[in-house]
Amino acid sequence: MSATIATPAPGTTGRLTIRLVLIGAILVLAVLPVLNQLPAESTLHVSDFIVSITGKWITYAVLALAIDLAWGYAGILSLGHGAFFALGGYAMGMHLMRLIGPRGVYGHPTLPDFMVFLGYQELPWYWLGFEHFPYAVLMAMAVPGVLAAILGFLAFRSRITGVYLSIITQAMTYALMLAFFRNDMGFGGNNGFTDFKELLGMPLNTDNARAVLFYASLALLVVAFLACTRITQSKLGRVLVAIRDAESRVRFLGYDVTRHKLFVFVLSAALAGLAGALYVPQVGIINPGEFSPGNSIEAVIWVAVGGRGTLVGAVLGAFSVNALKTWLTTVAPDLWLFALGGLFVAVTLFLPRGLIGLFAKAPK
Amino acid sequence: MSDGYSPPLGRSKDSSAPVLYLDGVSVVFDGFRALNNLSLVVDAGELRAIIGPNGAGKTTMMDVITGKTRPTAGVVRFRDHDLTRLDEATIANLGIGRKFQKPTVFDALTVFENLELALKAPRGPFACLAWLLSGEARRRIEATVEEIGLTARMHDRAAILSHGQRQWLEIGMLLMQDPELLLVDEPVAGMTDQETEHTAALLVRIAGQRSVVVVEHDLEFVRALGSKVTVLCEGSMLSEGSIDHVQNDPRVIEVYLGR
Ligand SMILES: Nc1ncnc2c1ncn2[C@@H]1O[C@H](COP(=O)(O)OP(=O)(O)OP(=O)(O)O)[C@@H](O)[C@H]1O
Ligand SMILES: [Mg+2]
Repeated sequence: MSATIATPAPGTTGRLTIRLVLIGAILVLAVLPVLNQLPAESTLHVSDFIVSITGKWITYAVLALAIDLAWGYAGILSLGHGAFFALGGYAMGMHLMRLIGPRGVYGHPTLPDFMVFLGYQELPWYWLGFEHFPYAVLMAMAVPGVLAAILGFLAFRSRITGVYLSIITQAMTYALMLAFFRNDMGFGGNNGFTDFKELLGMPLNTDNARAVLFYASLALLVVAFLACTRITQSKLGRVLVAIRDAESRVRFLGYDVTRHKLFVFVLSAALAGLAGALYVPQVGIINPGEFSPGNSIEAVIWVAVGGRGTLVGAVLGAFSVNALKTWLTTVAPDLWLFALGGLFVAVTLFLPRGLIGLFAKAPK
Repeated sequence: MSDGYSPPLGRSKDSSAPVLYLDGVSVVFDGFRALNNLSLVVDAGELRAIIGPNGAGKTTMMDVITGKTRPTAGVVRFRDHDLTRLDEATIANLGIGRKFQKPTVFDALTVFENLELALKAPRGPFACLAWLLSGEARRRIEATVEEIGLTARMHDRAAILSHGQRQWLEIGMLLMQDPELLLVDEPVAGMTDQETEHTAALLVRIAGQRSVVVVEHDLEFVRALGSKVTVLCEGSMLSEGSIDHVQNDPRVIEVYLGR
């Protein structure tokens, strides 16, 4: 990650334009669930499909922000953020499973169906507490955060950087995938969790639930964006950029680089976990496939396509690549992986600053 | 470290005690002795020039002092601290600042931001997040920008500075750190004669309040510093004294000046 990338310092007019565009984009998104309520004949009607897929993309955009914070600013190229996202998803999935209660196929009052099927007598200890929503949300952040803290501490302290760190994070997500495939882990094996019934007292799979989850995701995106902006525009943000571009020089200025990298990596992992927690109730399923190494790589490509090192770019990349994916997987499903690879190569070669580079002026 | 800035003067408890003390230091890379039983003492407020042919071990000596390289043998002390046991950040925070031979500034940041990062202030992530630029800090940065002659470039990104300007910026970053000991590796490479003179004057001015160790090839520049000179060769000290003394030392003439 030695290449320097631009952190554009837009003038006040540029900044104002960006703000207006962002507020406009948020309003457009916010109005989708409202338009969904219009009668189907109306030209302005928006289908259930659009609302639910956009809600999903919003959680992807949060994941992209998390990756960008670590990669675009601090130069930590994690190829394991899909795992943090999936862990957050599993935490929420556990909560949703507990809420099914006796409505499962086997009708057991506490045990989820797969546990009854596997002959469990009682809930494993690590399932305790997940019946409480706040606890599940806390775990959706804490589990990825603690994992990132341990991995980051070991790697950053030993000054493992660049491609070696990327490989370690890939190995992490792969190992977790294999672990979660196992039935005896107590997470439903390769079927994972599904058939959710309700969340916070509201039945899922209704217009109402879709809208609530959509707005919750949008709120998370806005809050995460503002928080990341606050960080990247602070002196901490400049320290991170300095670490990205000349890590050892930062040490000679007296900064404990390990601590700064750990801070941003843990925060990024927790944010990815939260995004996963909002993703799962919207798609209605979580299984070990979410840990597949390809997912993490794909998410990094969103950021590269949008423009790493700019928060707007990360969000833009998540939306545009996923829109392309949705379109392409309906017209030519076999082509998607080739298109994704081609896109990555093309962006690397021709648009090193990503899509955002098309709009923002190159720095003088 | 928790306080903002300490006044540059009157820090040394005992001004007669050496600030930097190297004794019997050796560094071996794959059987090659980059430093060989090197000893060096730098006093409080002293300005010291170090010269020596390419590969003499000058940069390696700075690496050892700043924690980048661990010596194979020997004692390296800064005041009461054993530097061989500390990491780079800790050593920097003890009050040792370093300018690298290849100027290293942060390209994506502006001149002002580079100096702001170097400014002595709490270094932890939370402190950096909460950091607000005070009026006093701004004035200090602006004064330094002026001192290094980059006022017109203050809000330009470091990437577009010339080589000499990058050298200046890095010297400015050293000043912001407010160190007790400055290690300056080849500061005038890429500078015009006038800039070189200006640098010599600046370093002389800084010394006295702090100790400064300057590595340089340019003998005119070393003469302008008017300081004690140490000649390194093949990892050991060859000669030490005034510039006239070392220039007339036959061993020095043989290995270095007479080439
Ligand atoms: N990390 C390293 N591994 C192996 N050899 C090294 C390493 N660092 C320095 N050396 C060798 O040690 C010797 C001393 O190098 P050093 O950079 O200290 O010399 P110098 O006096 O600063 O020279 P110059 O005037 O060219 O800057 C050189 O021969 C160099 O090749
Ligand atoms: Mg050197």
